[in-house]
Amino acid sequence: MHTWIVTVDHKKIGIMYVFMAIVFLVLAGAAALMMRLQLWAPNLQLLPPITFNQFFTLHGTTMVFFMGMLILIGIANFAVPLMIGARDMAFPRLNAFGFWATLFGGLLVYFSFVVPGGPPAIGWFAYAPLTEASFARGPGVDCWALGLIVSGLGTTTAGINFIATIVCMRCPGMSLRKVPFFVWVMLWTSIQILLVMPPLTAALVMLEFDRQLGAHFFDTQAGGSAYLWQHLFWFFGHPEVYILVLPAFGMVSEVIPVFSRKVLFGYEFMAAATAAIVLIAMGVWAHHMFAVGMSRPLDLFFAAATMLVSIPTGIKLFNWLATLYGGKLVFKSPMLFSLGFLSMFVIGGLTGIILACTPIDFQVTDSYFVVGHFHWVLIGGTVFGVFSAIHYWYPKATGRMLSERLAKWQFWLLFLGFMLTFAPMHIAGILGMPRRIYTYGPDRGWELWNQLATLGALLQAPSYLIFAYNLVSSLWLGEKAGDDPWDAWTLEWATTSPPPPYNFAVLPTVKSRRPLWDRKHPDDPDWKYE
Amino acid sequence: MTMGTVETPIGTPQPATSRVVNHERLSRHKTGMVCFLVSESAFFSTLIMAYIIFLRHGDAGPTPAQTLTLPLVVLNTGFLLLSSFTAVLAERQLRAGNRPGFAILWAATILLGVLFLVGTAYEWHGLIHNHGLTIGVNMFGTTYYTLVGFHAFHVTVGVIALTSVLLVARKWEPQATVPLPVTLVSWYWHFVDVVWVIVFLVVYVVGR
Repeated sequence: MHTWIVTVDHKKIGIMYVFMAIVFLVLAGAAALMMRLQLWAPNLQLLPPITFNQFFTLHGTTMVFFMGMLILIGIANFAVPLMIGARDMAFPRLNAFGFWATLFGGLLVYFSFVVPGGPPAIGWFAYAPLTEASFARGPGVDCWALGLIVSGLGTTTAGINFIATIVCMRCPGMSLRKVPFFVWVMLWTSIQILLVMPPLTAALVMLEFDRQLGAHFFDTQAGGSAYLWQHLFWFFGHPEVYILVLPAFGMVSEVIPVFSRKVLFGYEFMAAATAAIVLIAMGVWAHHMFAVGMSRPLDLFFAAATMLVSIPTGIKLFNWLATLYGGKLVFKSPMLFSLGFLSMFVIGGLTGIILACTPIDFQVTDSYFVVGHFHWVLIGGTVFGVFSAIHYWYPKATGRMLSERLAKWQFWLLFLGFMLTFAPMHIAGILGMPRRIYTYGPDRGWELWNQLATLGALLQAPSYLIFAYNLVSSLWLGEKAGDDPWDAWTLEWATTSPPPPYNFAVLPTVKSRRPLWDRKHPDDPDWKYE
Repeated sequence: MTMGTVETPIGTPQPATSRVVNHERLSRHKTGMVCFLVSESAFFSTLIMAYIIFLRHGDAGPTPAQTLTLPLVVLNTGFLLLSSFTAVLAERQLRAGNRPGFAILWAATILLGVLFLVGTAYEWHGLIHNHGLTIGVNMFGTTYYTLVGFHAFHVTVGVIALTSVLLVARKWEPQATVPLPVTLVSWYWHFVDVVWVIVFLVVYVVGR
């Protein structure tokens, strides 16, 4: 225990990040399940309205800031130094600071349970003036804002650390054109973190100044602007979606080639598309605000910019398909989740393009259609990608294989339960069901869709339990993994499983993007063709 | 070829400790500092945007034109600009091997930073007591104290960092290159200086 608390080893910190994220996943998932049960039938009284509002606030905040970000940063923390042949992150102690700051921020948000008034009931994007002192009187909102400021500092230090690591610490021979694709994606994700986390911090500071010092930034009655909060929040909030999904892109870009037994198709185009997504994503935020009534040119600009993102994203999808095409596919659990990612993310992306059309957005904004859409992206994209990565790297982290049988149960329960939960939400949304209502009347025609969604949630729940059980039980029951169980090509598979604290006894030298292929096939190495 | 390595290593095998960080292509400290300053720029850009958005918002006084006086702030700006010069000169003295010269110029940098903070405190005292301008009075007060206050906070952090460098510098062995802390802290100091130039232009020149 003590060694974990004082550790500055990137692998241990990465594992702690993942563990913490799973704890928060359970908390936020339980809140989601309670909300689904409350919506099972019209006029149920399982959760009081205020509790329902607090639950969806905590569910959203937790899933974005304390589950999604952490599990991605955690996996990258574990994998990136190994993949670039480094002994640790550039700043090991800063790395530990980032972890503990983020954990403290999460605890601060949950501390709101014991303050007068309880947790905030403001939604995860906390629109002003609902968050102002006159409307949210208890300190719950302060816990929320301060928790996000503190964890935001932690995330920013992680971003700085990733950039310094990837730019400065690559092993001899690994030029930036030869980094594993996941590493490239983490570089751009970190750049995005640096550009958008500080504006959120600034907005949260303004909110706290309003609440604690009597400033008026978002206080509309004293000349402040609730509209400014929306701009500032979404200037962070939309790129945040890409911070959540880009690492998943990187993860499946590692898994799909290995389990197709081919190189990643179109590495250079994939690399450019990643940069393009990050840059375009900085200019799309106000598509969350069409219904506010911005000017027509602004509506057009943000609609067009949003649709523009689909081009680099489409390039990626076609490259993954081309990687699969003609490959000798191996349907092990990491591959299953990557294929789940591919199929589901396309659908989530398509509903995104639908929502980018301003007139359609006017109709379905803040309805269950939107809820269905972003869960499709975040679970179909991020969660499937993360599960793929965990099943892929668990043998490296622990030296044991996860049970394939349990993994397949987990996959199919999640795949089916996920679709059953979120597909009906689109229909309920088109039928006019607003998001964030704690109940509804029997005459609205939404009952069937809500019951299907709740059944889906009940189907998903055991898949997460199976996953947790598999993670723990495989530590003892799993087969010994060996150094390279997947016959993979990147440097992390060149060291032992689990790797020693110093990762590599001798720093590796590489000549191509697949150094282990070169070693295994000296007769036909990659570097001749790159 | 052994299985533990990928290819013949360059140079001699390194001792197997996790603390040894090897093969650094670029200075990770300098890269990290640049990244940190980029994130700081994003932070200040947001505060400056908010200031500009609320500029001349409503006519409830006190307004910038009624309250802000140029002579004081120009003097203050002079302190800060001069402090960037002394920091550069101090670095130059260090490179030339003149340790006392470095210490004097570095101390002058700290002194100028402190003078800037004293000037700000004097200005705020006047704003609060003579003009009744506080953070809650109007949008000008809200945005002004937040922006200028966060800058002053960064100057304070800078003064502490500069002082720490001065204190540990006494123990340094003579060396050919400029020690990293000197470089990194002066980068930070120049950054804070540049932010002030923008704040000065926005708040005191355009905004008045």
